[in-house]
Amino acid sequence: MAMIRNKARHRLVAVSLILPYVAIFALVFAYPVIEVVRMSFTNAPLIGGGEWIGLGNYIRLFSDKLFYTSVVNNGYFVLLTVIPTTVIALAIALAVNRLSGRMQALVLVMFFTPYVLPVSVVTQIWAWMLDFQFGILQPVIEFFTGKPVPVFKNPNWVMPTVATVTIWWTNGFNVLLFLAGLRNIPTELYEAAALDGATRRQLFWRITWPLLWPVTALVLTLQLILQLKIFDQIYLLSQGGPFNSSYVLLLMVYREAFQLNHGGYAAAISLVLFLLIVVISVLQFQILRIGGKGK
Amino acid sequence: MNHQRRFENIALTCITLVAGIIWIFPLYWAFVTSIRSEDRVVSEAAGLLPDEFNISSYVDAMFNTSLIDWYINSIGTSLIITLVVLVTGMMCAYALSQMQFPGRRLLYGIVLASFMVPAQALVVPQFVLMNDLGLINKWGGIILPQLVVPVVIIVYKQFFDAVPKEMKEAVVLDGGGDYTLLFRVYLPLNWGITTALGIITFIMSWNAFLWPFLVITTEEMMTIPVGITQVNDAFGVAYARIMSVALLAAAPVVIAYLIFQKKVTEAVMISSGVKG
Repeated sequence: MAMIRNKARHRLVAVSLILPYVAIFALVFAYPVIEVVRMSFTNAPLIGGGEWIGLGNYIRLFSDKLFYTSVVNNGYFVLLTVIPTTVIALAIALAVNRLSGRMQALVLVMFFTPYVLPVSVVTQIWAWMLDFQFGILQPVIEFFTGKPVPVFKNPNWVMPTVATVTIWWTNGFNVLLFLAGLRNIPTELYEAAALDGATRRQLFWRITWPLLWPVTALVLTLQLILQLKIFDQIYLLSQGGPFNSSYVLLLMVYREAFQLNHGGYAAAISLVLFLLIVVISVLQFQILRIGGKGK
Repeated sequence: MNHQRRFENIALTCITLVAGIIWIFPLYWAFVTSIRSEDRVVSEAAGLLPDEFNISSYVDAMFNTSLIDWYINSIGTSLIITLVVLVTGMMCAYALSQMQFPGRRLLYGIVLASFMVPAQALVVPQFVLMNDLGLINKWGGIILPQLVVPVVIIVYKQFFDAVPKEMKEAVVLDGGGDYTLLFRVYLPLNWGITTALGIITFIMSWNAFLWPFLVITTEEMMTIPVGITQVNDAFGVAYARIMSVALLAAAPVVIAYLIFQKKVTEAVMISSGVKG
């Protein structure tokens, strides 16, 4: 009898411990997940009910030219950021890992500080540095192209520039992951290989690269997911322009929901973006795992 | 051979240092701009080195914008978010790690799955919900959707799993319950990870842009990252003032990072699973 009472009590305590989180989760996460699905099948405005229109939003979406523009731009942005940031972060981590003591701390601060900045601070600073008239980087651009370029108003320049700003901002995070990975590699391996007369290049390709692969795969996956969700920098720097050349899916969600008052349609786009992220990241994870096994 | 290695090492260190200086240059440049007069900023003669110490644009930023309101909103909402996320997270993680109850595995599965869902995909229904609750343009509206941070539970559970069982037995023999265990044993043993998670949660909520941007409708309710985008419109092209506002906006997180460097780097490594 006492045992049963104890067990019931134990459960009650457990419930009281999980309840605060579960209640918040149910309200602001689980319920919206259900709602986004339901709304995507209605013609609801942002606020207020709508009518069930079945697959109407999806049919409209797949014949919306702007949707394809956005998907292509999302893909282009991923291409411009994911692999470059991974390579740059690995190079920086290798360089920082060689250093020690205060020197290492100082250099790490230089590379990591941008990561803690609010996105709008980052965009304000870069908008100033790239200002068409007075920007300090315009002479550099002029040196290479012969004339200053209004980077956020030029369809060819806008995405690479936003990608550069993004890499500058978020790269420190990847550097840290690589550093942690490098520290997990036993130094004895390097010592033994060095005794056998291995060169720097051999040390890297035979020890560092294969042992670091799980971290590299993690960085690639996290970056892919992060960069597919691009919104803030584009909204703040180019607003999707010029001529929609930096229009992306999340910007489309924002425009449709909050400026054009198409709640249902925006929900459908959100859901497609969500599915896209899940499918691509699962796919990438599988490919990377197979890639890792080959080694 | 030895000579060559040495030379290579010095050269590599120099290259790294130069790269670091280039990397941090935008922040340096923002600072130099912020302490110049507006005329000097756009003059041909202005060089790379600080040549003026003019704090008028900081004074302007402080008193001719709503920066003080934005600070209060950012500090208030970020502190509440951090506190609630940590407390609800550790309680839930403790139950998942140390207790038996029906649905335990299911709950953990949901926590892991929710980690996969991009919060940005939920902004439309979340906005509708906040509207139904009357929380648009309120602190509550800014805070509520930011309270679900599954990774805090995942990290806490890992650390609670690793606490030796003997620590538990002594308290249980003394008649202590699970709340005593959590707050007197498990939490004190994990202060390190708690501060690390706290700092990273604070920085994340301080920097949140999209959600506060959507849910706030008036200038005096804005948080720092949203508010400073208004400054362009207010000042026009006035880069000294824009840079002053940007640096004032960034100061709290940058200072927090510089003070707690080790904790911040540790938190980033642990919460992404490369170090446990």
